Amino acid sequence: MAIPFIYAVENLRVRRLASLVTVVGISLVAFTFTAVLMMAHGVERTLAKTGSPDNVIVIRKGSSDEISSSVSQDAQNVLATLPQVRLDDEGFPILSAEPVVVINLEKANGAVSNITVRGVSKQVALLRPKFQIVSGRMFNPDLRELIVGKPIAERFPGSGVGNTIKFAGNEWTVVGVFECDGGGYESEMWGNNTQLMEAFGRGTTASSLAIKLQSADDFDAFAAAIEADIRLQETKVEREEEFYRKQSEFLALFIRILGTFVTIVLGMGATVGAAITMYGAVANRTSEIGTMRSLGFSRRSILTVFLTESVLISLLGTLLGLILASGLSAFSVSTLNFSSFAELTFSFAMSGGIVVGSLIFGTLMGLVGGFFPSVRAARMNIVNALRTG
Amino acid sequence: MKLFFLALRNAFRSKTRAFLTILGIAIAVVAFGVLRTTVTAWYAGVDAAAVNRLAVRNAVSFIFPMPYSYRDKIASVEGVDAVSYANWFGGTYIDQSQFFARFAVDAETFFDLYPELKLSEQELNDFKRERNSCVIGSEIATRYNLALGDLMTLEGDIYPGQWTFVIRGIYQPRDKNTDATQMLFQWDYLNERMLQEAPPRANWIGWFNVRVKNPDEAALVSSRIDALFENSTAETITETEAEFQRSFIQSSGAILGAMNIVSFTIVLVIMLVLANTMMMSARERTREYAVLKTLGFSVPKISFLILAESLVISVLGGALGLLLTFPLVRAFAAAIPKGWFPVFEVELITIILLTVAVILIGAASAFFPIRTVAKSRIADSLRFVG
Repeated sequence: MAIPFIYAVENLRVRRLASLVTVVGISLVAFTFTAVLMMAHGVERTLAKTGSPDNVIVIRKGSSDEISSSVSQDAQNVLATLPQVRLDDEGFPILSAEPVVVINLEKANGAVSNITVRGVSKQVALLRPKFQIVSGRMFNPDLRELIVGKPIAERFPGSGVGNTIKFAGNEWTVVGVFECDGGGYESEMWGNNTQLMEAFGRGTTASSLAIKLQSADDFDAFAAAIEADIRLQETKVEREEEFYRKQSEFLALFIRILGTFVTIVLGMGATVGAAITMYGAVANRTSEIGTMRSLGFSRRSILTVFLTESVLISLLGTLLGLILASGLSAFSVSTLNFSSFAELTFSFAMSGGIVVGSLIFGTLMGLVGGFFPSVRAARMNIVNALRTG
Repeated sequence: MKLFFLALRNAFRSKTRAFLTILGIAIAVVAFGVLRTTVTAWYAGVDAAAVNRLAVRNAVSFIFPMPYSYRDKIASVEGVDAVSYANWFGGTYIDQSQFFARFAVDAETFFDLYPELKLSEQELNDFKRERNSCVIGSEIATRYNLALGDLMTLEGDIYPGQWTFVIRGIYQPRDKNTDATQMLFQWDYLNERMLQEAPPRANWIGWFNVRVKNPDEAALVSSRIDALFENSTAETITETEAEFQRSFIQSSGAILGAMNIVSFTIVLVIMLVLANTMMMSARERTREYAVLKTLGFSVPKISFLILAESLVISVLGGALGLLLTFPLVRAFAAAIPKGWFPVFEVELITIILLTVAVILIGAASAFFPIRTVAKSRIADSLRFVG
């Protein structure tokens, strides 16, 4: 017969301090583990939301980012004529030849950071339907005007509406703040592409070309058309979503490796802490164990109840850590994305997978930590146990 | 002294518990060591910067170049000892996951300005003489099994096309924190090809490196250089090499901050584990301490007992952890993709921090038990049933 579950719960309550200390230790570990996973997930999600399923991006064949890529006017012209490109109501292809550069801006704390500046065409709203101006107005395509993403306006004091920013030999006025579904574009500043290409002395060469296809299924035909065309030999095409997902790979991987390593080590430390507490519990209740055994409870039931207590402590700690970590979703982090050399703002993002992962990890800590103490409790000799204490 | 041995024996009274506590502390110390080493590795560039070198870059951001003509103007600025220059080439070697720095540099002056990259006389002359030659760091030579005379082919991105070089030099890093993973070739080679293939892109420099005559004048010379190019199309920012390196790190400030927070968390976890143990063991011995008090042991003496016990465990745990940190850092360095951190070694400051932390934690964990012993009344303690 199994020892009632309530016995395990009661014991936790009785040995409050030691249990509390272990719970707190485990919650710290669970918090760190969850926070790191949320960070990596946040990076991926922000960049995954950047692309649209029916958009493609064309860059130079050897490049993996837009900064080091260039697409000539000739190539742009040929690409615009391909049959898979969607046309707007007036019959013009929906695309945007975008010069992309990085400029330095100062943060509120004085640290200098790199911000992406992107030139977009007049069709950007058609290309990126989730784009919307949230304060101020859209830039005038004939003037040296810019709009900035919301997180940039919030973090960089010199970048709000009405400010001027000096680069490429001109002064640019910020006239609006925009949002774009919380994706990577919100970490950028946008201006008219012709204005920017001219200011940077690039003539008509863009860094990348963003094109909307008739439908997402046209991608293969489009890619094949580019492969077959000699004039487009220097270019390659990717789905926009795929391209930006790849930009998140490095950073997300880095965060995960570092975080996983730290958490494993911390987890081992917390498991040891749980083991110490459980050994203490077993030592204190030696006569109790002897009593229960003489009442007829089997060794297995003793083992089970101590394991249960251990798992209970670690689950409580994990839940506490999870709850604290979920509060992090309110915060956003801004850091350099190595793949694009520029600032990326993302927030901590929770997912079902993370919750499940953390709970499993917590249970594991309890099981491993409590195992040996529970075995010791189960293997006690009844007579010796009754004689003690 | 006898008291100390008593404390030592007390510490190991419950062997399992003592062992587990020491293990727990050791594990946390290792985690702390690896994290701090990652943070210091990030700053390796800053530490390796020379005090008498400045970096001149375009004021807008480092992806914009400056005209070649700036070179002579910079050389003529008062306080400037020597000028060299470089362009970031980037490109791909083998595949996109092979990270290491690839620059086009001024063959005549570069190694002059960077004495920490040690080349033999012969190799340097070969490099200067042959247009399409390159010099690689000793790490790169080992990693890809390259030797003098081998060919290296890069697929360019910023500068498109296939670029083939002959290895004429393999440099040895002078200091422990010198980057041994760079690949350098002649700027003239890059420029000549640009003149042929894309004339508007020729004669542009990525950044200038300047050696100043007197390191104390660094700020002064910097402002002189920047003043030269004020209000031109390519305004410059000149800063010391250390600041230049630091600006790259600052942009990853959030991640570094997170790592520091986690380091602090680890220290907390260590403290909790040890404090837990100390509280449990002190609780068990409540009657014992009461007996000691009856025998005449003063509270300070008993406090010393408890403190010594706590310190013994924490120091042993710290020592074990430190011993394990070195091989684990090496394992970690082997696990991260090559090229992320050119330098990854345990620094002295990390060891010092750890030692101080361990001692402080040992002392802090003894606090509650000592307080309990000090406040308790002998009669109550004697009556105490754990």
